[in-house]
Amino acid sequence: MAGTISTLAYVTKHRQRRSLGDPTWVRYSLIGLALLFVGLFLIVPLASVFTEALRKGIGPYFAAFADKDAQAAIRLTLIAAAIAVPLNLVFGVAASWAITKFEFRGKALLISLIELPFAVSPVISGLVYVLLFGAQGWLGPYLGSGDHPWFGEWFNSVDIQVIFAVPGIVLATVFVTFPFVARELIPLMQAQGKEEEMAALTLGASGWQIFWRVTVPNIKWGLFYGVVLCNARAMGEFGAVSVVSGHIRGETNTIPLHVEILYNEYNTQAAFAIASLLTLLALVTLVLKNIVEWRHRRAVEAASAADIRQFTT
Amino acid sequence: MTTTTIALPRFRRRILPGFGISLGFTLVYLSVIVLIPLAATFAKTAGMTWTEFFAAVWSPRVVASYRLTFGASFLAALFNVPCGVTLAWVLVRYEFPGRRLIDGLVDLPFALPTAVAGIALTAIYAKNGWIGQWLEPLGIQVAYTPLGIWVALTFIGLPFVVRTVQPILEELEPELEEAAATLGATRAQTFRRVIFPALRPAIITGFALAFARAVGEYGSVVFIAGNRPMHTEITPLLIITKLEQYDYRGATALAVVMLLGSFAILFGIQLIQRRTARRANP
Repeated sequence: MAGTISTLAYVTKHRQRRSLGDPTWVRYSLIGLALLFVGLFLIVPLASVFTEALRKGIGPYFAAFADKDAQAAIRLTLIAAAIAVPLNLVFGVAASWAITKFEFRGKALLISLIELPFAVSPVISGLVYVLLFGAQGWLGPYLGSGDHPWFGEWFNSVDIQVIFAVPGIVLATVFVTFPFVARELIPLMQAQGKEEEMAALTLGASGWQIFWRVTVPNIKWGLFYGVVLCNARAMGEFGAVSVVSGHIRGETNTIPLHVEILYNEYNTQAAFAIASLLTLLALVTLVLKNIVEWRHRRAVEAASAADIRQFTT
Repeated sequence: MTTTTIALPRFRRRILPGFGISLGFTLVYLSVIVLIPLAATFAKTAGMTWTEFFAAVWSPRVVASYRLTFGASFLAALFNVPCGVTLAWVLVRYEFPGRRLIDGLVDLPFALPTAVAGIALTAIYAKNGWIGQWLEPLGIQVAYTPLGIWVALTFIGLPFVVRTVQPILEELEPELEEAAATLGATRAQTFRRVIFPALRPAIITGFALAFARAVGEYGSVVFIAGNRPMHTEITPLLIITKLEQYDYRGATALAVVMLLGSFAILFGIQLIQRRTARRANP
């Protein structure tokens, strides 16, 4: 049964293709143009990272990672991502639950506001925290000084430096990765509706039971993809982190900032070696994205095939 | 005579649990991370007089940076339109070896950290680089010139047009093209009169997204730009320069101008999308 359907689909697809086909020369020149564009702007840069990184051979390649400052940068990047990703994950789930399961006024505005960090230049994303917590900022001078007029004992007694220190880097990372999970989940959960949750409710499930047993299994791939994107951006962010970091070697440098320092010191090979780590991360992200999309497409096709089968038998 | 009122069960829209806590958390987190810091930026400029503000955002060096940033971003996004449409067309309509791979690679500029893109493009287009060495004898310099900035911004904006046009092209009904063909239209006419109008909103959206992204871009540009004042200095870099000179007010004023610019672009995109949605289901 399924076999005949797919043959039928194949035949119709091909008949359409032929009647609407472009002339062969158009076809080949368009493919050629597209390949040229992709080759120049995507494949050549990608290849150059690895070529430059391995220019002096395997030994110097790994030597770049043995460096104490490189390891400190890797550690800091992992810390920043480990804080920013879970925070934005919880936010993304909460926001999409509120937005997709309930009706309230100002919903469209809320969705626009959640996407706001995407419209803000990375440099400005860092700047806003310098203005708040920097030495000349609104809150900065009072941190630990004990004399801020508005805030209580607690705030005035906290002696932490935010700007040119780890907290600033984490804040900037949280800002730039803010919308990723929410942006994946909102359209997904909107498409799924709330009937299944309602059914669970009438069967007597509690809120958490509904969430864990009904919602999470439905959104797990979207959630996973959102987290993957969020993580890639958290580990790769340059502009925002650069503004708040202060570039203290071994202390406030993340991996991208370490790449910049090595590059500016004309240590090109080491810069590209460290950069190749981030490139691998990007490639893994792309592979995971394609796996998720493939699974999604297969699920949709399986669902529509089931519909057809139901209809024909 | 007493009137009895029947207490109708109040219609409850919010049946599922967790509305208060999820919306509450969303609003608090959004305010703390995004809204209050952004508002603080605007508030900071409120302390400036108009003269100070204009002196900060309209000096010759700043104006040169606007012209470069917005100009190069515009040209990069514009170049991405024909290239992006061609790429989307080829990926949707044709079968050829490596199609899946290229489809997967299109998102590389989203996934690759900007600093990595910056040093890679600089290495390629430097005088002794893979591509730079061929352009050098022709008298074309890419790295450390505005042309280099355009290359970086084209890379950054590459996925936008492709990814907005691709789904529309996939859903375009073949019947429309068949009808045009049976009515005697040539393939070129069909494209211009039938296919292109259907793609136009997606193309404009993709262009605007690529443009907005390019205007704020920093990481991939600073390496290839050369960063000479008046010549190859983009506005985001100028903000950082002002910050490093402890000119917080000047930096903030520039940031406000850029934020207003980005919000205007974003607003424009939403208008286009709303208009398209209305036309699709009136």
